[in-house]
Amino acid sequence: MYGNDIPEQPGHARLLDEVAAAERDLTGRGLGGDGTEGGADDYFGAVIAADGKIEPRDEMPEAYRKSLIRQIAQHAHSEIIGMQPEGNWISRAPSLKRKAILLAKVQDEAGHGLYLYAAAETLGVDRADLYEMLLDGRQKYSSIFNYPTLTWADVGAIGWLVDGAAIVNQVPLCRCSYGPYARAMIRVCKEESFHQRQGYEILHVLANGSPEQKAMAQDAIDRWWYPSLAMFGPPDTDSTHSAQSMAWKIKRFSNDELRQKFVDMTVQQAEVLGLSLPDPDLRLGEDGHWAYTQPDYDELFTVIKGDGPCNRQRIEHRRAAWEDGAWVREAATAYAKKREGATV
Amino acid sequence: MSWPLWEVFVRPRRGLNHQHVGSLHAADAEQALRNARDLYTRREEGVSIWVVPATAISASSPEERDAFFAPAADKIYRHPTFYEVPEGAEHI
Ligand SMILES: [Fe+2]
Ligand SMILES: [Fe+2]
Repeated sequence: MYGNDIPEQPGHARLLDEVAAAERDLTGRGLGGDGTEGGADDYFGAVIAADGKIEPRDEMPEAYRKSLIRQIAQHAHSEIIGMQPEGNWISRAPSLKRKAILLAKVQDEAGHGLYLYAAAETLGVDRADLYEMLLDGRQKYSSIFNYPTLTWADVGAIGWLVDGAAIVNQVPLCRCSYGPYARAMIRVCKEESFHQRQGYEILHVLANGSPEQKAMAQDAIDRWWYPSLAMFGPPDTDSTHSAQSMAWKIKRFSNDELRQKFVDMTVQQAEVLGLSLPDPDLRLGEDGHWAYTQPDYDELFTVIKGDGPCNRQRIEHRRAAWEDGAWVREAATAYAKKREGATV
Repeated sequence: MSWPLWEVFVRPRRGLNHQHVGSLHAADAEQALRNARDLYTRREEGVSIWVVPATAISASSPEERDAFFAPAADKIYRHPTFYEVPEGAEHI
């Protein structure tokens, strides 16, 4: 519909294929069986060992439940807060076409947040409580959304790099052991690929425009590259939750493995754009992987702790939206009550 | 004051059953339908939507999974593969 005319992104089809394969595996699991026929004593352990799915009312270790709630809630919060940096540009998009695309993208992110809150609620928590924990800082969201979007090119860089990193992170989650989370991720990943492509296209257009436009695109990439690398979390040596998550098959790859995968895909995509990644030490190793400079993890922790460029602004905006919307929620409730009274 | 939870079922195409796709919060059924449209069918994923109050669903208990479904487990004669068909019989 939008007549995109950009080169295919290398590596792209393969990631989408993985989403499709995860979906096929879900539907193709066969009749009845969950891999644990014979009434195992440790039902949970047997399902995990057989690569089956845990479903909402199954018995599960309390730590598994808690860990999933934390991860899914933080994922949901990231989608919701993630609407802000780009939402900031909807009214200033350079054309009606770009505005329609950006609006659709930001609306998708709201949808992702809602799929994820719904998945979290299957674990016995209430969305309102999760919201509360986001607003009072007890639960976090991805640190990437605490960086500002200074120019239109930032919208391109976010789509390409931030959504790109999110896809690399999320594709393996399509095979996560918790059914509702895996299913939500399949939905999300299918939608994400448009997000990444529209960003890549924005940068491609700018890169082939005036020298000023090309410089603007390069500047955006220079600012978003390292924060995007940091999205994969601390290095494996310092990652607190990783080992247990891998044993539970929530996570399938380590932070560093995913980061490497992202770098390997992105280097070539930057070349096609004719723009560069701000890392003078990028080198293709003999093993076929790119050696790269690590992001500044001290900065990552500073931003996570609340001292990034936009933390306060993001939460304030979220709180204002929640409070300003109170009358809508109350009115809808009152209207529903009134109609219920009328029809009974 | 939290809106009730609704389970959402979408018929992807004519000829297919409605399928559970997820849940959402809404004040009443009408709002639940509109929210479900915006949330689960932004890319023409459906031609019909059902919304059901989550509290209206009765579910079998996962703890009883073996006992509850046991009656079906030992009746393999309900499947056509149980039967031996003599050589040469066609269309059976
Ligand atoms: Fe998203
Ligand atoms: Fe996205």
